[in-house]
Amino acid sequence: MIDKIVKSMAEAMAGIRDGAVVLIGGFGSIGQPNALIQGLIEQGAKDLTVVANNSGVGHVGLAALLETGRVRKIICSFPRTADPVVFEKLWREGRIELECVPQGTMAERMRAAGAGIPAFFTPTAVGTKLAAGKEEREINGRRYILEQALPGDVALVEAWEADRWGNLTYQSSARNFNPVMATAATLTIVQTQHIVELGALDPEKIVTPGIYVNRVLHVPYGEPTVT
Amino acid sequence: MNTAAEILAGCKPLTRREIAKRLADDIPEGWYVNLGIGAPLQVADYVPTEREVIFQSENGILGMGPAPEPDKINRWLINAGKQYVTLRTGGSYMHHADSFALIRGGHLDLCVLGAFQVAENGDIANWSTSDNESAPAVGGAMDLAAGTPRLWVLMEHTTKTGESRLVRRCSYPLTAIGVVKRVYTNLAVIDVTDEGFAVRDMVPGLTLEALQDVTDAPLRMASASR
Repeated sequence: MIDKIVKSMAEAMAGIRDGAVVLIGGFGSIGQPNALIQGLIEQGAKDLTVVANNSGVGHVGLAALLETGRVRKIICSFPRTADPVVFEKLWREGRIELECVPQGTMAERMRAAGAGIPAFFTPTAVGTKLAAGKEEREINGRRYILEQALPGDVALVEAWEADRWGNLTYQSSARNFNPVMATAATLTIVQTQHIVELGALDPEKIVTPGIYVNRVLHVPYGEPTVT
Repeated sequence: MNTAAEILAGCKPLTRREIAKRLADDIPEGWYVNLGIGAPLQVADYVPTEREVIFQSENGILGMGPAPEPDKINRWLINAGKQYVTLRTGGSYMHHADSFALIRGGHLDLCVLGAFQVAENGDIANWSTSDNESAPAVGGAMDLAAGTPRLWVLMEHTTKTGESRLVRRCSYPLTAIGVVKRVYTNLAVIDVTDEGFAVRDMVPGLTLEALQDVTDAPLRMASASR
């Protein structure tokens, strides 16, 4: 019997190694798997590269992980949310490397990783300083740059409902980066508000099929706070 | 005859909200539209619901509605500016890769962005004013600017210190090259054409000469309106 549901945070975090590339879902704090991030802090892996749209708010969730000093590099489109105090300080002190990536390029680089596409051409960022050092090619009269796939060793994902096969649904705009990150990592770990029986999810409404998911932890935390 | 300065002093520039309304009046029913964070978001307030314009938010919402009543907030539903919003009837959600595939695939009819500068060749600079001030943060601006077939910019005509934001070449870091189609400012509506900036209309009392006086790049009147 396939059962991807794990009983403890330690079980969920087992095997994450130093130097791992960790994809973390969420847009701001919505859809950001804060319980798993806390679990990663307690697990202790260091020298991490984190891929996330933002860089954390206040001192919780992603910001708390950055504050441990165990993140070497962040790949991010917008490290400037309402209260990015921890990131700003680390960045100004030169203690964290930032790779600023256009949001769509970041999503597509992970989609490509999940789909077996090593690199792709895009017009996004052509002629800007974010194109520096990238191969450029003209195709049918338009300029494009080559962007590389962005695979993760680990993805931390927040879902709304999950079953024991790892089939997932999401809630409203909390879907955001979570499904694409689930496809792009070797080890996809999910925190979910609800666990349901196999067969309870309408197959027409499953967003992430269980093939992309390795571990599911039940974290019924209630409602997120916006920022 | 009045000098350019006297003419400018005598006319009434539009407020931010009035620019948003002026722009909203030009969006026809049936368009799919992404509004950039900040001032462009106000455009939605001036499109009446009976004129069916579908707003997209790049964090995965198609059919975004206005802010919710305080007692009806869905705490999982925010826009790209991270404010609570609603989903209008017929709306749908998608994940980030699909949302940006929609944008980058050229499926939207219109994107409205704010900007620091727009150049007469359609270049836009809207994400960074210098190379060192703080950590670079681009968000979805480059994807929207490069991917949407029709990009309109909503901005003040000049900076607070009076420098023109319509320029021959952008001095700030570029967001995208050759993409802006039209600019709505507090003084005028200006098309970007192969021959440079062409003024469609101006606030009452303003003359082309007076507008040119506060504009770095050369202006001409658009040959025919629409």
